[in-house]
Amino acid sequence: MTPGTATAPTGRSQWQLSLQRLRRHRGALAALGVLGVIVVLALLVPLLSPYDYAVPDWDAIYQPPGAAHWFGTDSLGRDLLVRVMWGCRISLLVGVAASIVSVVIGVVWGTTAGFAGGAVDSLMMRFVDILYAVPFIPLVIVLTVLFGRDFLLVFVAIGAVSWLDIARIVRGQTLSLKNREFIEAARALGVPTPTMIVRHLVPNLLGLIIIYATLTIPTVILFEAFLSFLGLGVHAPLASLGSLVSDGALHLSSNAYLLTVPAIFLTVIICAFSYLGDGLRDALDPREEPR
Amino acid sequence: MSDAPVLELRDLNVSYRSDSGTARVVQDVNLDLAAGEFLGIVGESGSGKTQLLLAMLGLNGPGARLEGSVRFRGQELVGAGEQALARIRGARIAMVFQDPMTALNPYLTIGTQLTEGLRHHKGVRGAQARRRAIELLETVHIAEPARRFAQYPHELSGGMRQRVVIAMALICEPDVLLADEPTTALDVTVQAQILALLRELRSRTRAAMVLVTHDLGVVSEVADRVVVMYAGRIIEQARVETLFAQARHPYTEGLRRSVADLDAPLPERLPSIGGNPPNLASLPPGCAFAPRCQYAAQTCRTRQPPLALVGADHACACFHSGPLGRIAT
Repeated sequence: MTPGTATAPTGRSQWQLSLQRLRRHRGALAALGVLGVIVVLALLVPLLSPYDYAVPDWDAIYQPPGAAHWFGTDSLGRDLLVRVMWGCRISLLVGVAASIVSVVIGVVWGTTAGFAGGAVDSLMMRFVDILYAVPFIPLVIVLTVLFGRDFLLVFVAIGAVSWLDIARIVRGQTLSLKNREFIEAARALGVPTPTMIVRHLVPNLLGLIIIYATLTIPTVILFEAFLSFLGLGVHAPLASLGSLVSDGALHLSSNAYLLTVPAIFLTVIICAFSYLGDGLRDALDPREEPR
Repeated sequence: MSDAPVLELRDLNVSYRSDSGTARVVQDVNLDLAAGEFLGIVGESGSGKTQLLLAMLGLNGPGARLEGSVRFRGQELVGAGEQALARIRGARIAMVFQDPMTALNPYLTIGTQLTEGLRHHKGVRGAQARRRAIELLETVHIAEPARRFAQYPHELSGGMRQRVVIAMALICEPDVLLADEPTTALDVTVQAQILALLRELRSRTRAAMVLVTHDLGVVSEVADRVVVMYAGRIIEQARVETLFAQARHPYTEGLRRSVADLDAPLPERLPSIGGNPPNLASLPPGCAFAPRCQYAAQTCRTRQPPLALVGADHACACFHSGPLGRIAT
């Protein structure tokens, strides 16, 4: 874009300005690229590969990485490349879906509490405090015992805790925005409260929400990995990056690639999301100078 | 302008309860606003002028207690439900806020914000709303209104934003326009332009205007009638010429004298009113201005002077009802 067209004749929104800043953030761009590549690979590789993630091949047990199996095979002779790609699918799905769920709950809870204020606010936030105090791992174990190991349960469990932070942050921000003059001005215009929240509050919160969503995703992925490592995650033939790392850890001394390959993917994905979140923070909330 | 007042305030009190006692920020205010009138409310910070203004729209904070009556064309607003108030806000009584930098939502275009009132109160939207908004931007003298319509607040200067805020308030053709220090956040040249605009709009729209300011100079330029507030009370009320020619209250006189007269030789030092405004949570029993007043007598410290007529259209709350200056210091 030349400087001439940069001073566009029509309005440039805060979003467009943020996008421009994001484009200048190399780390975030690289992270976005890496994530894009991983998503494409995770979608395509299982489709194109001749191997299945679940079918054992007894003639190809513990094959080291080579021409036939690029990442080698595991104890049942299953192709690790396909399994890792499936793991990426599951981990990303869990990460993104659980984050969306937690962001939605957190934002609704936080804006309502912040906007209502008074007793409603106190009550809602004390509820959050109580949930914070619930010991989480035992809760998940109990849930698993009660409902069996269910993929859905992983979502519910992770969603149940990760919205708490967002609710608190959003509430705090709502409290400070609530007293800004343009909200007061909207009230003086006779705009009803729900409209005020949707039109005036949420757009101002959106930057913050996006930042926290991107930072929640890696936390959730790690958490899912942790649950899988404990054996509380996804079902056996299916694999997440966490369960793959868990399986690989058993073969650390004999076949280290079973641990390193999924571990590398896990690390790269988490780093990429963190960088992206960082870049988004600089782009959407430029008050703090980018380092 | 002898028709029925659009806005009638009777014995209006606004108070806030806090840990250090009840702060009575507006006390026993009686005020009529005639249709098409331009009223100035003057007072220093904490004199209750903004709270009085907010009370006219029921916009005081959640902790505020309103007593008395505010009637808009006969309809009681004190104690009216939020829904009833929402129908009046913006549509019949509109407000212009002090700081145009924060009164606009940074994430919405000028157009979206301008037409918000139209959408809510009149159900006008789309091309029709746009036409009306652009028309109004022209009215407040914004160049290239069609382009500005699509722009965001951060792309406009402070003066332009205040014009937008004024346009926003006027879009539903309200009967009363309340302006809370609309020029304070602007620099002096822009301030003059905005005042000129308000004066022009007033003759064009027939809306009654209430301008709150701490600046007597601003009031003298635009208002017909001036109300001077001190510690939540109206202490003097007169037509603007009368007030400048013969202020009766020592506080008004002090305010007037603390404005530099550019036609006369400048004094060494501008006279100022000594002392500080009182704490509203613990007001003295008598006149609130007595501790700072050079004319204060014993009665002033014990009894509250009533607001009494001292001339045609001229009321003053002071025991020294005679012309000032007669009592030597």
